[in-house]
Amino acid sequence: MNAPARPAPLIAAGDIPFLPRGVRLEDDRVRGIRVLQAPERAMQLDAIGDAILSELDGHRSMAAIARDLAARYNAPEQRIAGDMRDFLTGLIERRMVFLRDRP
Amino acid sequence: MKDLPAEARDLDGHPVTPGLPMAMLAEVTHRCPLACPYCSNPVELTRAAAEMPPEDWARIFREAAALGVLQVHVSGGEPGARRDLAQIVASARAAGLYVNLITSGIGITRARLEELDQAGVDHVQLSLQGIRPDMADRISGHPGSWGKKMAFAGWVAEIGFPLTINAVVHRQNMERLPDMIDLAETLGARRIEVATVQFHGWADLNRAALMPTREQAGFARRVVNDARIRLRGRMVIDYVPADHHAIHPKACMGGWGSTGLNVAPDGTVLPCHAAASIPWMRFENARERSLGDIWRLSNSFNAFRGTAWMPEPCRSCERKTVDFGGCRCQAMALAGDARATDPVCSRSPLHAQVVARAEEDAAAVETGFTYRRMKKGG
Repeated sequence: MNAPARPAPLIAAGDIPFLPRGVRLEDDRVRGIRVLQAPERAMQLDAIGDAILSELDGHRSMAAIARDLAARYNAPEQRIAGDMRDFLTGLIERRMVFLRDRP
Repeated sequence: MKDLPAEARDLDGHPVTPGLPMAMLAEVTHRCPLACPYCSNPVELTRAAAEMPPEDWARIFREAAALGVLQVHVSGGEPGARRDLAQIVASARAAGLYVNLITSGIGITRARLEELDQAGVDHVQLSLQGIRPDMADRISGHPGSWGKKMAFAGWVAEIGFPLTINAVVHRQNMERLPDMIDLAETLGARRIEVATVQFHGWADLNRAALMPTREQAGFARRVVNDARIRLRGRMVIDYVPADHHAIHPKACMGGWGSTGLNVAPDGTVLPCHAAASIPWMRFENARERSLGDIWRLSNSFNAFRGTAWMPEPCRSCERKTVDFGGCRCQAMALAGDARATDPVCSRSPLHAQVVARAEEDAAAVETGFTYRRMKKGG
């Protein structure tokens, strides 16, 4: 083992992520930033985090969102999918993002 | 009412720079049906007659939001002891705040919980004193508490609120920590906060009955570590360890006057819920002046801002901006000096003495409690 092990992802391409009740995206007008508000936590979001979370509609899969974002920002889809997987895994660990039950 | 200073200076007169607060603890009442012997409320409780009306709370919430506060923790005592709780909650939401309801679950019926849902409660934190009726009812001093809490947790799940379980652990319930974590999972909690009793105020009166042993502190750490791996992605475990057995003190409040403030039932504004235990400190009241002025200019908030006030060994310590010299209230309680290095820090000259006293308390056979109750009359 050389590099520290990356924690196993908690989301797959076909999973449909959403913000559960009690978690919402907001403007922090005093600080001029975007925040993710959750039970007893407020997290500052950078532009990428904000762009990802703004797409979570509870209908599209992570892969579909990555495709849409890649088209909109003219960026490599694979890199966006990787960023999304890492970012959303962190939020799933904190219970700030949920996944729809698979049928 | 004396004027506030014109500039922000610490207790030695060094200039300090107030930041922006993130969170506010709103103790809307100190009344509570429970009598937990480690209650975080001050030993001198505020009486019902001195509680602020909802209009004052509404104004304070608006001032808090304008100041940068994002979240309010509506707490007590038991906030449900206030009949106008829903009105208070609604005004916090109207001010744009995220509302956490911190409750024992006792005294809030299903109908009232629905009313609180309508009012905009975002998240419910339910306290847990133990597992099973015998333990929970004895520690909370309230017969029947366990059954009421379990019913309440069921309504929380039915309505759909996100739930956090707050499990306070100490010598008399630490062995049941694995069961508490299992229970939180069964209740559908997204989070469990495992908080070892902090020995201020009421808990300090009960040290001999509550102080965990070193073995228990180690056990709790292992249980938490194992559960974090097992429950990854299913439940978050936040852990406040037993700091009398630690090497470094806890970064209390993330630094004095840096991120949080506490408003007591009568409007007194404190840098932390235990700050009234510092006898020389004077506090402002949000009914008399704006929260912004209090946050920026009051002597109480500025006293321990920054690092210039620190004595040695903190002053030359590389961790001074990590743990900020530890907890000022604990320094007051254990060293008799609020500006001393928190004596739970292994670098404090009082550390050995504090550890010896903790071990002595942990070895005590005492199991009886001094319960938290309001004095009669007065």
